[in-house]
Amino acid sequence: MFVASPISVASAMSAANLDQIFVILKNWLVAFLPPFWQPIAGVILCVVAIVGLYPALFAIAVLMERKGLGRMQNRYGPNRVGPFGLFQPVADGIKALIKEDVVPFNADHVVHFLAPLVLVVVVFMSLAVLPMGRNMVLVDMDSGLLFFFAMGASVELSIFMAGWSSRNKYSLLGAMRAIAQMVSYELVLLLSSVVVVMISGSLSLVKIVDAQATYSGIFPHWYVFTPWGLASFVIFVIASTAETNRSPFDLPEGESEIVAGYFTEYSGFKFALFFLGEYVEMFSVAGLGTTLFLGGWSAPLSFLGVIPSWLWFFLKVELWICFFIWLRGTLPRLRQDQLMTFAWKFVLPFTLLNLFVTALWRFMGEGWARWVVCSVILAAAYVVFGRLGLARRHVGPRSYRYAE
Amino acid sequence: MLGEGIIKGLMETARNFAGSYVSKERLTTVQYPEERVAPAENARVFPFLVYDGPEWLSGLRCVACQICEKECPPKCIYIDKSADKKPDAVGKPQNYPTRFDIDISVCMSCQICVEVCPFEAIKMDTKFELATDDRFGGLLLDREQLAKSNEYFHQIHPTEATEIDDRMAAERAAAEAKAKAAAEAAAAKAAAAKAAPPAGTPAAPAAAAPKDAAPKDTAPKDGGKD
Amino acid sequence: MSIAFYPLAVLTLAGGLGAVLLKNTVHCALALSVAFAGLALLFLTLDAQFAGFAQILVYVGAVAILVVFAILLTKGSETPESGIFSHTWFVGLIIAAGVFAVLGWAVLQSVNALPNESAVPAITVHDIGNALVGRYVLPLEIVALLLTAATIGAVIVALHEKEGAK
Repeated sequence: MFVASPISVASAMSAANLDQIFVILKNWLVAFLPPFWQPIAGVILCVVAIVGLYPALFAIAVLMERKGLGRMQNRYGPNRVGPFGLFQPVADGIKALIKEDVVPFNADHVVHFLAPLVLVVVVFMSLAVLPMGRNMVLVDMDSGLLFFFAMGASVELSIFMAGWSSRNKYSLLGAMRAIAQMVSYELVLLLSSVVVVMISGSLSLVKIVDAQATYSGIFPHWYVFTPWGLASFVIFVIASTAETNRSPFDLPEGESEIVAGYFTEYSGFKFALFFLGEYVEMFSVAGLGTTLFLGGWSAPLSFLGVIPSWLWFFLKVELWICFFIWLRGTLPRLRQDQLMTFAWKFVLPFTLLNLFVTALWRFMGEGWARWVVCSVILAAAYVVFGRLGLARRHVGPRSYRYAE
Repeated sequence: MLGEGIIKGLMETARNFAGSYVSKERLTTVQYPEERVAPAENARVFPFLVYDGPEWLSGLRCVACQICEKECPPKCIYIDKSADKKPDAVGKPQNYPTRFDIDISVCMSCQICVEVCPFEAIKMDTKFELATDDRFGGLLLDREQLAKSNEYFHQIHPTEATEIDDRMAAERAAAEAKAKAAAEAAAAKAAAAKAAPPAGTPAAPAAAAPKDAAPKDTAPKDGGKD
Repeated sequence: MSIAFYPLAVLTLAGGLGAVLLKNTVHCALALSVAFAGLALLFLTLDAQFAGFAQILVYVGAVAILVVFAILLTKGSETPESGIFSHTWFVGLIIAAGVFAVLGWAVLQSVNALPNESAVPAITVHDIGNALVGRYVLPLEIVALLLTAATIGAVIVALHEKEGAK
């Protein structure tokens, strides 16, 4: 049994133990209970840790977003509340809690109340299968990836509930647009993840990370360093930006377009829950992308393995979030028809081609030949699709159906 | 190629982000209200009345001609003309405003009052922190609140103030020279009248010449070219 | 029968009853999603992980959305004036009794056919994959053909709509 005296703790602080510190901590805490309660207590402890950690990360992410966007726009972000504005999330949280919760008279109260709850519950459930470190996954499921996508699909239901129950035409319109966008890009997300399943041969996220955590020399076997992996990674980034309604795909919630889309009738804490749900969805999708393409908790170079695995995982997730913020600060919003066209006419065919190229990679066997062939096919396809897409369509005179 | 624009955009934003920590050019924000950006020279917010000298009541340039009141588009100036006359900075007796109110909640900062004032009496101020919680009279500035010294005018609009001062000084000098010449002419005339028959014509054209030159200097006395 | 079966069965039945009895059509659709979720959880208690998650992904994530869109884009979201209960309920009762009889007979037959143990062998995704491209490849291809036909049909219908507009 792990005895927690200071001396033994200090002496046991080798790199391996630092890596497993949360597991050791959990085992030590759980050992205080009788054996019957131990598994349940272990699970509850892990759940509490996750449910406590991700809102804290959310607070940090919101602050980082505001300050990062500010710097990109030649201004300071918030810097009045606390040193460098570090307590701004606290101020935001207090504001959200004390605001009056206004529900429209005609709104469907039950569904209006349930929508943010469904979103938050589903999004937190999807965090259950992410391996956040070596031996640090809440539930090691055989089809963990499928569970993740099942939870992601349920987000659309929550958005519909929010939009419809508000009895507001802007909300409904925003919800319909959001669902259309999310369904289209969900397909792309799934197909770009399928290539990883094809190569690693398992739907379990733990096994996918284990397959990438090996090194040849000092270089890791991350899937992003292969041609099909790089293409899938780029597609995954695009699709995940669209899934979480981030710029440049944030038309459903763009303030200048449609008031606040399906958020319009939500105020106070329910809005804060939606906001939380969106950001935690960002974290979970970033976590999935890290697991599938960036090697999960493995270090980029083999000698950097001294740094704990959970630190690497969160570092990579934070890099994703920084990239999302960077993208938001750079790109203007896409119009609804533009983003649907982009999904169905460019990204989806490219994803299907990528699937084919991955199969080719698998069956060509080891060697440099498959690198060359796959890279050439993907690059050529990208250039050709790009040319086709950028060609100006002949736009004739507009015909209006109803406005005669 | 597809995606080139996005990459260029991302690079630009990254340059902004990194540059904001090192160069002032990439972070143009100032921490108001601890730091303030000095307003530009020709910034304008609401009007004020200029006075010369140490005392505002006697040094006000305004002679209550009421041209600005009539020209103001939203009619936010309220002037009451005095019944008596006081000597102004030059010494000439002029009317003065017993009430000069500007309602700055109405004023639209168009500067027309400045442009039409013939006496360089009303100019644009640059102070904008005028918010008040007195909702009934707080934004109606009266004569005393509007009167600010010529030194203050020099501070906020140095070029304009110097130019006006120079011009007014020149006019004043010309007026004084004219007065002196008139006095000399009168004295010469008196002397000529004393030695009238033998002096005759040579004194008269010599006295007439400076008398002709002086009015041309004092004639263009309009204000507001600036 | 594990202890989790009863609450989940109640949940599924409640969802199903709600889908039939609620006044507002959109509420019915949401109750139907609850029934789907209940079914998925039942699959999970039987260790059929793939079936359970696929149920959520397909039914809750796609079919429920489809149902909801269908309700919204037609007039179904308003409460009908003539009431929500059907006039031909007697015929419906007979048909429902017939379907129930057939299903009940099938279930009871299969209970006799299974060995008397509660633990079921775990079917991994690997096995499902092997079966799909091995033993069941013909149904797989037929389903793929059906999906392609449906997609092409949808495109043609939408295309006609656009032509009709001009």
